[in-house]
Amino acid sequence: MEQITKLTAEDGKQEIVISREFDLPLELLFRAYTDPEIVGEWMGTKVLKLENKKHGSWEFQTADAQGKVLFQANGVIHEFIPNQKITRTFEMENGPFGVQLEFLEFEKLTDDTSKLNMHTVYRSVADRDKFMKLGMSQGVNMAHNRLQEVVGKLK
Amino acid sequence: MNLRRDVFQAIADPTRRAILLLVASQSMTAGAIASNFDTARPTVSKHLQILTECELLEQAQNGREIYYLINAKKMKEVADFIEPFRKMWDDRFNKLETIMKKYKTKK
Repeated sequence: MEQITKLTAEDGKQEIVISREFDLPLELLFRAYTDPEIVGEWMGTKVLKLENKKHGSWEFQTADAQGKVLFQANGVIHEFIPNQKITRTFEMENGPFGVQLEFLEFEKLTDDTSKLNMHTVYRSVADRDKFMKLGMSQGVNMAHNRLQEVVGKLK
Repeated sequence: MNLRRDVFQAIADPTRRAILLLVASQSMTAGAIASNFDTARPTVSKHLQILTECELLEQAQNGREIYYLINAKKMKEVADFIEPFRKMWDDRFNKLETIMKKYKTKK
């Protein structure tokens, strides 16, 4: 069965490639990455700053109901070509991962469909693997633990 | 909305996990797998279909019989952290798509 979001993370490489086809015109897909309000909505964070230009920078922050900051990230934009490409850095503040480099490429497929290619480069293979482990959300973790029981018995 | 098989939904079911364990020891036909369960044969077939769609099982033709075997690579991927990370992005992108579709109809 084909998966909509494809992820390639080869063993021993310090990078990840994620690609996804959207049932959206290219302009709308690009807007989802550049309109601060919309970015905040789908990323589930507050966009403090988002300068969509070369040499611009961005800042996201997520806080709980009491105003305690749970997540804060920032980066700079190296390349900004509307409806085509964004090259930027990403760094989680107070995190153990260091900065990562992201190449986002936007591509028109048809008038109503588009594709995103996201290539992320980490400082080391270990950093990449740590970062991916962090990405597991709670619900996924539960099913995941169950699978690990099955795989554990395979060995 | 696209009806997709979620690999985590697939492994959340106890019968399907039992099937995976069974097939992990040796490849088997659907009939042989079904004989290990009290459940009705069509129910087992449905489970096999889901596991195959999720690529946790593979089919191999042997003469007139179809054997089910475990896809070790996919199992490892899922048990590793790659699949959860992919799933996280998949959920995020689904949200993005839903949000942007509202703008599409508005314009």
